[in-house]
Amino acid sequence: MTATSPTTEVSRGGSHELVIDGLRAGVAGLEVLTGVDLVVRSGEVHAVMGPNGSGKSTLAHVLMGKPGYQVLGGTVTLDGEDLLRLAPFERARLGLFLAPQDPIEVPGVGLHQTLTEALAGRGMSPDDAKGSLAARALVEAQRVGLETRLLERPLNVDLSGGERKRSETLQMALLQPNIAVLDELDSGIDIDGLHDVAQRVRDGVAEWGLGVLAITHYRRLLSVLQPDVVHVLVRGRIVASGGPELAGELERTGYAAFETAARADDSGTGIQN
Amino acid sequence: MRRRAEAWERFAATSVPTEAEEVWRYSGIDGFDLDAYAPAPLAAGLESTLAVARRLADSLGPRAGLVVTRNGTIEAIEMERSAPEALSVTNTRTAPRAAAAPETLGELAPGRDAFGELHDAFVSDVVLVGVPRKTVVADPIVVVHLVDPGAHGAPGVAVFPHMLVDLGTSSEAGVIELTAPIVSDGPLPAGDESDTTPSPMLLVPVTELRVADDSHLRYGNLQVLGQGATSIALQASCVGRDASLQSFTAGLGGRYARVRTDSDLLGQAGRTSLLAAYLGTGEQVHDFRTLQDHHAPRTESQLLFKGAVADTARSVYSGLIRIRKGARGANAFQTNHNLVLSEGAHADSVPNLDIDENDVRCSHASTVGPIDEEQRYYLETRGIAPAVAERLIVLGFFSDLAGRAPFPGVGRWVEEAVHRRMAGRLSAQGGTDG
Ligand SMILES: Nc1ncnc2c1ncn2[C@@H]1O[C@H](COP(=O)(O)OP(=O)(O)O)[C@@H](O)[C@H]1O
Ligand SMILES: [Mg+2]
Repeated sequence: MTATSPTTEVSRGGSHELVIDGLRAGVAGLEVLTGVDLVVRSGEVHAVMGPNGSGKSTLAHVLMGKPGYQVLGGTVTLDGEDLLRLAPFERARLGLFLAPQDPIEVPGVGLHQTLTEALAGRGMSPDDAKGSLAARALVEAQRVGLETRLLERPLNVDLSGGERKRSETLQMALLQPNIAVLDELDSGIDIDGLHDVAQRVRDGVAEWGLGVLAITHYRRLLSVLQPDVVHVLVRGRIVASGGPELAGELERTGYAAFETAARADDSGTGIQN
Repeated sequence: MRRRAEAWERFAATSVPTEAEEVWRYSGIDGFDLDAYAPAPLAAGLESTLAVARRLADSLGPRAGLVVTRNGTIEAIEMERSAPEALSVTNTRTAPRAAAAPETLGELAPGRDAFGELHDAFVSDVVLVGVPRKTVVADPIVVVHLVDPGAHGAPGVAVFPHMLVDLGTSSEAGVIELTAPIVSDGPLPAGDESDTTPSPMLLVPVTELRVADDSHLRYGNLQVLGQGATSIALQASCVGRDASLQSFTAGLGGRYARVRTDSDLLGQAGRTSLLAAYLGTGEQVHDFRTLQDHHAPRTESQLLFKGAVADTARSVYSGLIRIRKGARGANAFQTNHNLVLSEGAHADSVPNLDIDENDVRCSHASTVGPIDEEQRYYLETRGIAPAVAERLIVLGFFSDLAGRAPFPGVGRWVEEAVHRRMAGRLSAQGGTDG
């Protein structure tokens, strides 16, 4: 695969690999992730599904290094590099992207300005960054269905939930990360929007070999995203993995069976608090 | 001038304030030695001084005229051809008798403390901006106050600029004052900190703004003195019936810079909007004292002061809303927000109300706090280094103020100055942006 995008500097060949091994992590003194194993490679789409509070967002933030989350054990590497030792911005520059579940408002800080600095941080000269962004942002706005006047707004300020998700997807497309962690890209967005953003992610897989870890509750996102693997996260660990048909099964039966099994498992191994 | 001699006598009789007095608590004034300041021979030639002033003024956009003062002396008054005939910008020292200092000079800003007396004793030229009734001046008159610290090794210069803006009824005008030092190779660009060997200087500026009935004044005050400067400024205004004042102050420079803003609303339905942005780094101290004084019914004052402190800088905001008996239906708002960017930095915010009338609407709000961690993290997830994220957030913090500046050029100037200052801090820290 040949990448012609301006972010070529950060790609290290076409093949990237995020390896999560035995990851245990907590927040506010509570152990939330109890041992997660997962490998995401370039061009692969992984879906993570699980009940509320099972630790999906915690996984996303621990991968990105959000302050306040403690890693209690295990390792995470990206292309062999120990991610857990790096600051969030360094992880991003290695090619990791996080679209958070609830993107927050950053008053007074414009989207263009942010992306210009983000590209400059990846080694592009500010003038080149600005020049290449202006035109590409318009194209991407069209693709994700974001009104172009919203490009002038400060980050997420007064944007609806759906507009925020479109904006996250646009930012991802402009930064062209190697691995994207998408935390409920489908929440708060309408059906048309859902299709637009999912399609844009899917196109990224084809265009530059994007690897995806998509956290979701709904099969609707997955029908466009076409995951290679679906994982079920319950009580802080992956209790089942399977093909796309697993998502359909979950939608029919819910997580009850998995939760019962996981709880039994926890008491058996004495991890449960 | 009798006034001058009397002021000197009063000053000599007053003691220089001490930090034991609440209003001077943060000033560092105890270490202050007036005798260390003296007139000094000028270091820069007149032509280069004027060139510097024009360059500074150009950065603010179109103007109706330019006044240049150097160490308190008016060196040039240049009116644009587009400026209305009736507009008068004069020097009280050289103007013909008829146009000389009006009775009202100094009326708004009587010596209220030792520095006021000192100002009255030493003030030389007064910039007088007179806008006759029914005259509309679209572009601002720019007044550049340059301070020439004198030849190297000079003891430090003391400067007492004075400006009186007098708007007649039903007129409209704008004035921007910009105060900057001259260094050997031109003035410091706004917000620059390359001033590593700062020259000591003392400034005691007084600005009087008279906004008569039904007239509208837009006023900007920009200050980028070096880190060796002590500035103790007074801005006094009075606003008449159905008149308005929009005022914007930006304090970026100075070692200790104090601005006292006294705004009297004298006529029915008069309005003031008082905005200020301040940013302190290194060991700077910024000290703002404000008074929104409502004398008349249905008057309205809106105050928004925003500041950021980094390193070991500190800032003080202390403001009073006074609603006098008879000012029924007055609206007064006072908001002060502060960002504290370093452990060693400190901001104080002290809002106050003094209300002698019922039927009024007043509110004050103030915050002091660090940068929102969630915002910084969000920007970091895009691959932006923490220090750059901080610069973006600080710029964003000031952007609503800059957007409301009385002239677009003033808003732009402030944003650029803040940007440069924050970027300068970045490189001074060794550039964490890898
Ligand atoms: N900042 C926090 N402080 C305290 N508890 C938290 C915090 N973040 C998450 N938790 C807890 O951790 C658990 C997992 O949360 P989360 O990862 O957000 O779940 P999910 O995204 O799967 O719904 C929940 O019990 C939640 O209450
Ligand atoms: Mg979640």
